[in-house]
Amino acid sequence: MTASKTRRRLLVAFAFTGLVSMTLPATAQQQPAPAPKEEEVPFWAIGKPKTGPGAALAPVPAFPVATPADKLPIAKMKLPPGFKAEVYAANVFDARGLRQGDKGTIFVSSLFGAGKVYAIVDKGGTREVKTILEKMELPNGIEFNKGSLYVATPKAITRYDNIEAMLDKPGDPVKVYDDLPGDIPHGWKFIKIGPDGKLYVPVGAPCNLCDPSSDKYAHIRRINLDGSGMEIVARGVRNTVGFDFHPKTGELWFTDNQRDWLSEDMPNDELNHLTRPGKEHFGYPYCHQGDFLDPEFGWGKSCADYTRPAALLGPHAAPLGMRFYTGSMFPAQYQGAIFIARHGPWNRTKKYAADIVVAHLDKNGKVTKVEPFLTGLVENNSYLGRPVDVLVLKDGSLLVSDDHNGAVYRISYSK
Amino acid sequence: MRSTGSATRSSTLARGAALAALLLLAPAALALAATFEERTAVCLACHGQGGQSLIPDTPSIGGQPFFFAVAQLFLFRRGGRANTAMNEVAGPMTDDDLRAFGEWVSKLPPPRPPQEPADPARLKRGAALVRQRPCTSCHNPDFSGREQMPRLAHQREEYLLRAMREYKSGARIGYGSSMSEELIGLSDADLQDLAHFLANLPAR
Repeated sequence: MTASKTRRRLLVAFAFTGLVSMTLPATAQQQPAPAPKEEEVPFWAIGKPKTGPGAALAPVPAFPVATPADKLPIAKMKLPPGFKAEVYAANVFDARGLRQGDKGTIFVSSLFGAGKVYAIVDKGGTREVKTILEKMELPNGIEFNKGSLYVATPKAITRYDNIEAMLDKPGDPVKVYDDLPGDIPHGWKFIKIGPDGKLYVPVGAPCNLCDPSSDKYAHIRRINLDGSGMEIVARGVRNTVGFDFHPKTGELWFTDNQRDWLSEDMPNDELNHLTRPGKEHFGYPYCHQGDFLDPEFGWGKSCADYTRPAALLGPHAAPLGMRFYTGSMFPAQYQGAIFIARHGPWNRTKKYAADIVVAHLDKNGKVTKVEPFLTGLVENNSYLGRPVDVLVLKDGSLLVSDDHNGAVYRISYSK
Repeated sequence: MRSTGSATRSSTLARGAALAALLLLAPAALALAATFEERTAVCLACHGQGGQSLIPDTPSIGGQPFFFAVAQLFLFRRGGRANTAMNEVAGPMTDDDLRAFGEWVSKLPPPRPPQEPADPARLKRGAALVRQRPCTSCHNPDFSGREQMPRLAHQREEYLLRAMREYKSGARIGYGSSMSEELIGLSDADLQDLAHFLANLPAR
């Protein structure tokens, strides 16, 4: 494939991303329409049905500017009794990943729309949203550790030291790690430092459905904070955009987005639990949702050979960020439970999810139930908002990012 | 007759040159315009009274969905959609401007069908193509558009054809990601029939 073909493929695949606007050359409007080029199908559309309602499905684009604070869907949100939602910050266009600094700064990443990293700072009662980094390529993955902000793009992980003292002018980035394939499809990152002090970095499958080497793709790896010592901890992971470590066992739990176009109700997306780092395969692309062999890659395979999901999270539901609840504000039943942001499907004619669900675990670490927590953001088969990440604040309240509206909400509890 | 005659083409070119001069003035005029109404007058100088364009290659904007209008202004502002005049007009717009102009566009009346009679054979072919493709599942059965998907009913024919050719070639990407993909397998003659059908969309 030539460079220009690759480039065009990416442009077409991510038209809604805003990446296009950063990279598309200006062409004079009054030129005659160019001659047709070779026709290419964007990566997400491979496998799309030729006819019927499925033929009209495509990724759901976010609104191109942030929604003003007074138009955010707070009144539409439904929560269990005693919980309250409020706007934490509006005008955070394309708000995705959430992290909190030692001094209280909330860092917010973005993906297709903005290419920015923001800082939300408290100015004695009012909050200010600052853009601290911009013109980044899909900077979805962020992490905060010992005063430094780590930022992961599909190609590289960099570090900005002493960031909370330098929000107006961050210092030069320090390279942490760039031994990454850099593909755009499922190449955007979620990163987090584990209790072992290592940085966990996923490399997604560079496609909807393909069977690349598991040494290169479709896995989660971990590295030392200086970029050394890479080892693969979990294989058969199609596209995880959220994980956390159990507060007691330290084990990795992660969400994983399963393949598109199989059918309206198959397969389920997954919540997974890694108990033997480096030794487990979670099924992709051979076995989906723990019990369904892929119609193309599953022949001759057995689902028994792969680690089953800890819980099923719904067909095409797009579970993204997740956190164990370790705060003191919410009732006891939420202690140690997992809050999971489901972005809501594009690859389904009937839209649902776009919510926060809670996975409750028993003493043995088994998921006993997954129940809705924040709902109400689907109306007339459209999204009023789409949760991406969750963050437990030091006061025990929960922040939720919404890339559809470009906002961050705060969920608090009082009796 | 399916092809554009050379006489028509040269007159189009002449009008295009005059138009280019007008377009180059639009950003300057916009800078001088103070009130919102004065600013919208600058829009209508090209896009026509009530948003119904009489100028070739310049679309009618009346009745476009709010999301679509904001998304196109957003693309023009960031250079993601190339058009000299619109890039300059949208360049200085704030997010509030995008919302305000999007709202205003969405409330203008939808364009009326052209007065010249349509070609029945081409209408028939266009209708058949629409039945074969998933156009209406996004653009609505009456082609009124919704969300980021534009109203196509009674849009200017040559503009529709141009837009489809640009999507097909990749010169225009759009805000949603699927349009170039939806045109795969259609010939240029198909696109011409589709444009004719949509521009002259019969009452249902």
